[in-house]
Amino acid sequence: MAFEIGNPGLATTVQDQGRTGHYNVGIPQSGSMDQYSAELANALVGNTAREAALECTYLGPVLTTDSDAVIAVTGAPVELKVNGEPRPQWSRLVLKAGDQLSFGVIQGGTRYYIAVQGGIDVPEVLGSRSTYSLGAIGGFKGRKLEAGDVVPVGAPLNGGKLPRADTVPEEFRPVYAKEQEVRIVLGLYDHRLTEEGLGNLLKEEWKVTPVADRMGLRYSGPGVKWKEREQPFGAGSDPSNIVDAGYAVGSIQIPGGTQPIILHRDAVSGGGYAMVGTVISADMDLVARAAPGTATRFVAVSMAEALDARSDLAERRNKAWEALGSPRR
Amino acid sequence: MTTEAAVLPAARYTWGGDEFLFVEVSEAMSLPANFKVMSIAGKLSDARLPGIVDICPANASLLVRFDPDVLPPEQLETAVRDIERDLMNHQERALETRIVEVPVWYEDPFTAEVAQRFREGFHQEPEGSDIDYAAKVNHLKDAAEFIQRHHEQPWLVSMVGFVAGLPFLFQLVDRDKQLEVPKYLSPRTDTPKLTVGHGGCFGCIYSVRGAGGYQMFGVAAAPIFDPDQALADFKDFMVFFRPGDIVKFKPVTEAEYNVIQAEIAAGTFRYRQAPVTFELSRALADPEGYNRELMEALNGI
Repeated sequence: MAFEIGNPGLATTVQDQGRTGHYNVGIPQSGSMDQYSAELANALVGNTAREAALECTYLGPVLTTDSDAVIAVTGAPVELKVNGEPRPQWSRLVLKAGDQLSFGVIQGGTRYYIAVQGGIDVPEVLGSRSTYSLGAIGGFKGRKLEAGDVVPVGAPLNGGKLPRADTVPEEFRPVYAKEQEVRIVLGLYDHRLTEEGLGNLLKEEWKVTPVADRMGLRYSGPGVKWKEREQPFGAGSDPSNIVDAGYAVGSIQIPGGTQPIILHRDAVSGGGYAMVGTVISADMDLVARAAPGTATRFVAVSMAEALDARSDLAERRNKAWEALGSPRR
Repeated sequence: MTTEAAVLPAARYTWGGDEFLFVEVSEAMSLPANFKVMSIAGKLSDARLPGIVDICPANASLLVRFDPDVLPPEQLETAVRDIERDLMNHQERALETRIVEVPVWYEDPFTAEVAQRFREGFHQEPEGSDIDYAAKVNHLKDAAEFIQRHHEQPWLVSMVGFVAGLPFLFQLVDRDKQLEVPKYLSPRTDTPKLTVGHGGCFGCIYSVRGAGGYQMFGVAAAPIFDPDQALADFKDFMVFFRPGDIVKFKPVTEAEYNVIQAEIAAGTFRYRQAPVTFELSRALADPEGYNRELMEALNGI
């Protein structure tokens, strides 16, 4: 069973929960940028949270299924059609062999997810089916989808059993707002910012620029000031430079003090720019949903608050599964 | 305690959100700092703490990813601090590693072509070549002398990362002999695969084609990242380099480069390499004398 790709869309890739354990040699985490939405698409079609789905960016693909298939589309709001007829998002859909799935214009956010019963069945590379385009590994031939690709779909899991409910209730769907509050834990090299610079980061409004992709999101705003100093040996000449170090996923760097960059799932694993804080794990999906122009405020929280937010998100995720009538798997 | 390692101050501990611990061993790059990072990383890995996801030693710092649902942050910090304290009392002095000969075609046409596309607004001296500029800022006579200095003494892989399998290299010479070259004024959007580059005090080999800001001096002749794992050196893993590897560059001509390409195509290429024990105190006391001894391991391979 397979999906035949007509038009591939802007950047459609195979993603799952990601690939850890190889960051020490520069292989990034990858995986669905909006884990929450991708997971609930899997839940709707009777998969576990670990199956691979198709991540669509702004402009989705046109694809045809060669067999009967059970699918769901979650994530950013978009008009979706089967053989030209509108169908709902966040709901389980049954396709017949030869049916064509296509998309209209995205209404907000950045990415939506197509899950299929049985999951996208590309080979695992280093324990994951996620695409890492720069390294050309994982996913479908290590790259985004192209016209003419035939993407394999796996056999139904759990004896083909589907959850009782076929729609994720409204209350469990993310909100796609034009304003965001992103919680961060200050640290790493925040002591290298001037007081005014740190104030700018936390008190001013920042806007997502068009330079935003799976590697990271760049924000425009008032800029920050770095403390002047004699640079340590090997660090480079700008006060925002450090001796090349590992980058936390979600960390915020501000090269030259101008535009903050939040590193996301396909980011480089290290480099020579000082980081001033890190987005908490519970808000990484939120950042992934931020379209260019999104007005953003960075809110500093403590480690304890970050861990509470992490538990809250896990609980919300579990409740969403329960609302479908299936325990989280 | 006579080595510089003994006088490194205690590391700085800080959090990268709720999943990362960052341990800055030193603000400045040095061999003792890198050695301490690798020692902590090794001991932490041996401890096999449940909940550790990634241990990433870097040039002068360590990044640890953990799952706070399994391993509470304060417990991880305590474990790493205990390792660090133990190391200060029993300084690790030797590293079991290997020395690898990496053939390089210096002043090759591939990097020259790309450099030509990124001059005005990108490079400090748009009218010259990267290597001429590097020679000049290091007060060397010409490109040939720079190349000589670049390959005659070996380098330590002080970090692997940025992109998949890219080694950062720190030359095993006294600080006053370290080659230092500023990065491009603005990063290029293109760098040929296997470019041998340099930025600040670090050398590198670009494992994949892509963006980059380091000065470009040549191309390595053989792959260092091989997702297909076709060559024997990649049988166990798609990434060739590990932190702690010692690299000896060997200049090759175009003809020699082409012979290596044929060996790669035939699947017969293997890196010349030999196991060595690397001792920090000897490397610090007499770098060039000790390097001669390390490089002898490659003889007859």
